[in-house]
Amino acid sequence: MSARDNILSKLRAGLEGTTPRPDQFDEELVTQPWQYAPEDRIERLRSLMEAVHTEVHTLAAANWPAKVQELLENRRLANLLYAPGTGHGQQLAEFWAEADAEQNLLAYDRPIEEWKEELFWQVDASITGTAGAIAATGSLVLWPDRHEPRLMSLLPPLHIALLKASEIEDNLYTMMEKQNWSAGLPTNLLLVSGPSKTADIEQVLAYGAHGPKELVVLILEDA
Amino acid sequence: MNQRIPVTELTSSFRGRATEALADGQLRNNFRVAMDSLMQKRADAFPDEQEREGLRELGNHIKARALSRLPDLLEQLEAKLTENGVHVHWAETTEEANRIVHAIIESKQGSQVVKGKSMVSEEMEMNDYLADRDIECLESDMGEYIVQLDGEKPSHIIMPAIHKNRRQVSQLFHSKLGVEATEDVNELIQIGRRTLRKKFLEADVGVSGVNFAIAETGTLLLVENEGNGRMSTTVPPVHVAVTGIEKVVGNLRDVVPLLSLLTRSALGQPITTYVNMISGPRKADELDGPEEVHLVLLDNGRSGAFADAQLRQTLNCIRCGACMNHCPVYTRVGGHTYGEVYPGPIGKIVTPHMVGLDHVPDHPSASSLCGACGEVCPVKIPIPELLQRLRQENVKSPDEPAVVQGGGAKYSWKERALWRMWMALNTRPTLYKCFLWAATRLGKLTPKNLGPWTENHTAPVPAPRSLHDLAKAHLNAGQNRGEQP
Repeated sequence: MSARDNILSKLRAGLEGTTPRPDQFDEELVTQPWQYAPEDRIERLRSLMEAVHTEVHTLAAANWPAKVQELLENRRLANLLYAPGTGHGQQLAEFWAEADAEQNLLAYDRPIEEWKEELFWQVDASITGTAGAIAATGSLVLWPDRHEPRLMSLLPPLHIALLKASEIEDNLYTMMEKQNWSAGLPTNLLLVSGPSKTADIEQVLAYGAHGPKELVVLILEDA
Repeated sequence: MNQRIPVTELTSSFRGRATEALADGQLRNNFRVAMDSLMQKRADAFPDEQEREGLRELGNHIKARALSRLPDLLEQLEAKLTENGVHVHWAETTEEANRIVHAIIESKQGSQVVKGKSMVSEEMEMNDYLADRDIECLESDMGEYIVQLDGEKPSHIIMPAIHKNRRQVSQLFHSKLGVEATEDVNELIQIGRRTLRKKFLEADVGVSGVNFAIAETGTLLLVENEGNGRMSTTVPPVHVAVTGIEKVVGNLRDVVPLLSLLTRSALGQPITTYVNMISGPRKADELDGPEEVHLVLLDNGRSGAFADAQLRQTLNCIRCGACMNHCPVYTRVGGHTYGEVYPGPIGKIVTPHMVGLDHVPDHPSASSLCGACGEVCPVKIPIPELLQRLRQENVKSPDEPAVVQGGGAKYSWKERALWRMWMALNTRPTLYKCFLWAATRLGKLTPKNLGPWTENHTAPVPAPRSLHDLAKAHLNAGQNRGEQP
């Protein structure tokens, strides 16, 4: 018998004569304590994210490309990784061309294998969209796909995320239900709640352990 | 790569190691400070008692429900993962699991592995297994990296290097990596970041653990703060996840309360920085992510615990570490004293199923049974009750069938005879009176040396008059004074 058959038959023998327990999931318990008035959601998200060293800005949707340029200028960064196949990527590229910006835009349009070294060591910042956010825990939902690959939010030291204010949900359960996650998930769905961190030495918090050292969230109020 | 020092060889028993640990002031201080802080963080994370208790009840229900249909869920998980393009493997023993992982690496001619934090890979001693076959397996969690660099094992399941302070880490980095000594924690972490980033870039295979495997969607959920888990599961062309068979849950929504219980109980965080939900390898049109994803499902004694309805509750564990943070024994002796992969209260109830009670005969008794572990367990595992059960299994006669492998390891005919005598004395009134008469008159003959008891206490001497006698005399005196009894 294979390991699989052995394990399963041992487990089945242990359950002989028993019946599976019924599903008594308590939705209220995971939703009711975590509900906010619509106008409070942004504040809740902001306070939780700022508590873990995230920079949060709320601004009008039309102004975000200029804000991105300002963030790069203030930090004297040389380049920005973006996703050219997305709507916000195209918007950014248009702004960049018109503004005659100094920073280089790097398009993530090739498989990782073709420019792994460059992505690892020479990219200063990246900008991605989000699939919404969760007020209860201060988390962004990232839904990487072919246009916006997984590593964009992980490799560069600065990650800038665009979040539509209308897409902030109260809690994880509501988010899952609204977006119907159980019907199909991407290859790697992510909840991101701040820049990379560790407290492995004497429980002293240090940011930038392996992923981004800085996370900036731009909340677009009228989007 | 340094070979790890098998901690079990330092001294032969829990008692011996505990004596050493108790004499180490630095170690005791490091643990005391860390555990006090972790207890406070957990308390702050659950300000509403009603919500906390409701959530613990739900967590227990979800795990018990999953275990009540575990074989079906494992089959559903396998089918769904396979549909998603993930290869599923099964292993009864750690040797078998290591062989599977090694074969995957070999098929890719790999020589470098980066590993995210995984207690199951510790169970497998995967690093040593692969090192013996000329494959470098590097820990990428900062804490794990520190203990690996020092040739040690983790001393806590959430904070592997909690037994070290910054000065010790500084000296370690200085001597092993040749960097300038610094006690600035930020600088130490940046040294780790730079060193490990090169390794992520070069690795052929990434290995990770799994916090919850979701049968409904075929998803492997992984929590972490550092991003090393994301690196290990995204950058190398192959990702191998290893997990125990008990980690499967039925539905995606089941992870909502479990995730909240896990992160709040472990470090007092509302959620970890990254929650990864991996449901498949890179799709044909995607630009990054591993081309292959494998899952190794490991038994290693779990089906043994599963066979007994009471001991099955051991498998509820979601590996948050709260029981060890609140354990007065763990806080004083530290994780290495247990000499096994899982320390603390949870270690004392899971390890016997993995290695046999005869290998860890002291574990069930290394507890004050104060109940703190059971009170904080987010999925309500009755740890003290299970410890008592294992104590019984430990002293079973070799003639009785062993429920736990290695059961009966502490059987002693002397002890059994003594308890039989005690029972006889206490169930036969005449015998009891004779014993009491003798004990009160001959108390001075009690030996001065009563084994381990008199190492730290004076030997008890029976009083010259028994409680019965005193009570009788008191009542008689009262009656003589005309009082109502």
